[in-house]
Amino acid sequence: MTNTKGWVTGVNGNMVSVRVEGPVALNEVAFIEIGGKRLKAEVIRIRGDIVQTQVFEMTKGITVGLPVVFSGEMLAVELGPGLLGKIYDGLQNPLPEVAKQTGYFLEPGVYLDALPRATKWAWTPVAKPGDRVEKADLLGTVPEGTFTHQIMVPFGLLETYTVKSVKPAGQYTIQDEMVVLADAAGATISLTMMFEWPVKRAIDCYAERLKPTVPMVTKTRIIDTFFPVAKGGTYCVPGPFGAGKTVLQQVTSRNADVDIVIIAACGERAGEVVETLIEFPELIDPKTGRSLMERTIIVCNTSSMPVAAREASVYTAVTMAEYYRQMGLNVLLLADSTSRWAQAMREMSGRLEEIPGEEAFPAYLESVIAGFYERAGIVRLKSGAIGSVTIGGTVSPAGGNFEEPVTQATLKVVGAFHGLSRERSDARKYPAIHPLDSWSKYSSVIDGKAVAWAHYFLERGSEVGQMMKVVGEEGTSLDDFLIYLKGEFLDAVYLQQNSFDAVDASVSTERQSLMFSRVVKVLGSRFEFKDKEEARGWFNKLRQMFLDANSIEWATDKFRDADRAILDFLAAKVSGLDAAAGRIIENLERAV
Amino acid sequence: MKKVYSRIESIAGNVIAVKADGVAYGELAEVSTRFGMSLAEVIRLDGGLVSLQVFAGGRGISTGDEVRFLGNPMRVSFSDDLKGRIFNGAGEPRDKGPALTENLIPIGGPSVNPTKRIIPKEMIRTGIPMIDLFNTLVKSQKLPIFSVSGEPYNQLLARIAMQAEVDLIVLGGMGLKYDDYLYFKETLEEGGALQKTIMFVNTAADPVVECLMVPDISLAVAERFALKGLNVLVLLTDMTNFADSLKEIAITQEQVPSNRGYPGDLYSQLASRYEKAVDFADSGSITILAVTTMPGDDVTHPVPDNTGYITEGQFYLKGGRIEPFGSLSRLKQQVNGKTRADHRAIMDGMIKLFAAYRDTLEKKSMGFQMSAWDSKLLKYGELFEAQMMDLSVNIPLEGALDKGWEILAACFEPQETGLQTKLLDQFWPKKSH
Ligand SMILES: Nc1ncnc2c1ncn2[C@@H]1O[C@H](COP(=O)(O)OP(=O)(O)OP(=O)(O)O)[C@@H](O)[C@H]1O
Ligand SMILES: [Mg+2]
Repeated sequence: MTNTKGWVTGVNGNMVSVRVEGPVALNEVAFIEIGGKRLKAEVIRIRGDIVQTQVFEMTKGITVGLPVVFSGEMLAVELGPGLLGKIYDGLQNPLPEVAKQTGYFLEPGVYLDALPRATKWAWTPVAKPGDRVEKADLLGTVPEGTFTHQIMVPFGLLETYTVKSVKPAGQYTIQDEMVVLADAAGATISLTMMFEWPVKRAIDCYAERLKPTVPMVTKTRIIDTFFPVAKGGTYCVPGPFGAGKTVLQQVTSRNADVDIVIIAACGERAGEVVETLIEFPELIDPKTGRSLMERTIIVCNTSSMPVAAREASVYTAVTMAEYYRQMGLNVLLLADSTSRWAQAMREMSGRLEEIPGEEAFPAYLESVIAGFYERAGIVRLKSGAIGSVTIGGTVSPAGGNFEEPVTQATLKVVGAFHGLSRERSDARKYPAIHPLDSWSKYSSVIDGKAVAWAHYFLERGSEVGQMMKVVGEEGTSLDDFLIYLKGEFLDAVYLQQNSFDAVDASVSTERQSLMFSRVVKVLGSRFEFKDKEEARGWFNKLRQMFLDANSIEWATDKFRDADRAILDFLAAKVSGLDAAAGRIIENLERAV
Repeated sequence: MKKVYSRIESIAGNVIAVKADGVAYGELAEVSTRFGMSLAEVIRLDGGLVSLQVFAGGRGISTGDEVRFLGNPMRVSFSDDLKGRIFNGAGEPRDKGPALTENLIPIGGPSVNPTKRIIPKEMIRTGIPMIDLFNTLVKSQKLPIFSVSGEPYNQLLARIAMQAEVDLIVLGGMGLKYDDYLYFKETLEEGGALQKTIMFVNTAADPVVECLMVPDISLAVAERFALKGLNVLVLLTDMTNFADSLKEIAITQEQVPSNRGYPGDLYSQLASRYEKAVDFADSGSITILAVTTMPGDDVTHPVPDNTGYITEGQFYLKGGRIEPFGSLSRLKQQVNGKTRADHRAIMDGMIKLFAAYRDTLEKKSMGFQMSAWDSKLLKYGELFEAQMMDLSVNIPLEGALDKGWEILAACFEPQETGLQTKLLDQFWPKKSH
């Protein structure tokens, strides 16, 4: 704590005004002392000797005149071994440990250590006495689950230091002194395995930021093939309530081809987090053979928890993501929902009586959203290793209308847009990503030209479908009708995917390539049908065969039989193949 | 005894301000006016100036009226004596019974630690096929009925309450029409459920600020009973009135509105109430059924919209029936896998066919030709509406499933239903009607 003194002068919701004597810093953490407890708060505005703080707790019971103390530190998180598998609130309070102390309810003023103090870690030194080191340089390692957790020079040490001493290999806790450094003046600095970092400052101890080009495979076909996400990229999933944003993120958190997943449950339902909490320890990560929980961190500040902590929670999450990126790992941050975070800002902005922008969101909404997504990125570290943070955020637009400020501000900065539509979710077409509205700037797991070729059938098919609503099937030509059927077919067997089917829920890129080439074969084929009825019946059968195949395990005889049956069924009817389709299929088959 | 302040600095709408010291945020005060005593709650502290919202409203308050701070936040008495009683939004008796002052508990308490929650797993039976079969209600679920005004939503609410096997019903009425209040009272009385019911009722004639207290007071009481092991059903009607009261206070406070006049924290305000729904692992539970009337039948209106983002689905009441489209129980899959082997298949299959029926209706209205298949669908749709959707139908889930097979058999050949052969063999009625 600093020597600065303060006294409460006003309370308005979760904003508390304080008269101060002494220096204060913006974003400094302060504590309001009430009845033997301390309520955590953050300084968000300074005007002369009056500062406004946002309190991370309910403010009931606060009176004018209560003493306030100042920490001198910005809102920060603990970084070190032991983060993986943890469940935190927005301020990095470990919720299971809190429950042990306070039972069912979250009592205000309880702040526990984020990292376990008693755990012993098997330390292997890397740095040697005499080495010259800078921030983020490697000092030693400890195993954390299946990862080699790197113990680095804290990112806040800005000079070059000489290593004085290093502890020999052995078992240590995160509070033991591991390394002693000396600065240019000869002053010594004692380091443990952990340090703190302010959440609102991006960690940028890398050599170079790279362009995101490598796909981050999600094993969801419509994403990987049509609207891909790149490692180190950003994407958003806006959609009206109930359209499937949360389910899509849950599926992604399981299947994404990354090392670590950080889930920021930001202002949404507590019950949904519980599903993850209970399921993940039971689910096995096929890559490591260990439980999924061991690669996951959950930051959980659900809708009824204090709003200011909700605002902090996305920063808490992204800071931990950047920390693991610094070890050369690929990290995925999933935030559900960024709209709740934006609303938390709006509430505070309103209490500060700032001049409001559209829908009362603060004028700086866009730059804050941009700043958050900017913390994603794929980087080359000084060691040459590559690490990435990918950010995917859901957006919950008011009235399901994408023309609102949060969606619009987000669309300006992300690299891919997965827009969920009410129409598709009502029709139970999951995932309800709209294939005509969505887009991605990243490259697909399949050749881009081939994808565009297939996408054309969706566009034309939808046009014919619209027309048919007006003129009826009677008024539609057989050729147009076939395009419509082909578009519907692509949608049904490739874009739609059953998240609750053990096999269909996650589809490897290899399997996507094969199925895509089969689908292209259908789209590019010429058929002779005597009427629409025959065409519809034939496509219904074909669709059923594909759907059955989709739920058969990959690389089994059963699957090969189903695939063969599809090819035979097709061959019996087809009367020619479009040249472009032929080339696409050739290329795909060469690649497999 | 606390000091009495006899000078009110400002009065705007239902909010008054006085200069006072040592007052806590959220503290209660008594304001004595020429119409009698009213409670008021501190909603803002600014230096020496204390703003309070007056429960009975600002009308008729004089700058010379007295304000006495009570030194505690809003509380409610908690004991078994609550059962069978009726109170207003301030917790004062509405019936002829005595005021309760024992064992006062605070309202609007902290939220449950998410890690202490469990996955809901128990069905609540209502006898309504559109719920039990198609959108099963689950213990500890929070679910609103979205409805246009004029629909029988309170009747539906009362009926579910009477039929659900719960230990305690807490009814929170907000801006309730007096007739509806009497209706609830009579229905519960006739059904012999009054003794397991507690009512906190703010009628349309009562002050707006009291309306704001109703959800918190109802849920605080429900929470205590749930912690004592009771399964509690909380009925909140109408949450749109609650939101409108929030709007009214926000506007008199000169807050910048976010959307159609509603304050920017509407989502958080609604969520902090709905998230009280919970199943305590080794104790009781709270299930919340609410009513959200939709101005202009517009689901994108801020109140239903924000609600939809919070609750675990919604029942969409329209034309006196629960619509299969737009209605959703997000927790149904937690329970409908272990009821009867055909439950999920009938649920999906019948809805798909009903969607096809709606398409056919549209085609018919546009004058397109009707095929043989279309005629079958038309027959099916009529039977479905009369025997499944009509709210007068009252049968247990198993009866509804049997009825489903009967309807299918009356209209289609087995293979036309798209149901699995295994189920058809087991359940298809032997002789066709
Ligand atoms: N891929 C899917 N497969 C099957 N059902 C799905 C799928 N996605 C969503 N659903 C259904 O839709 C419901 C709502 O989905 P979800 O909770 O993901 O919506 P949401 O967009 O997150 O809504 P909100 O904004 O209210 O949080 C689920 O409970 C489930 O019944
Ligand atoms: Mg969601």
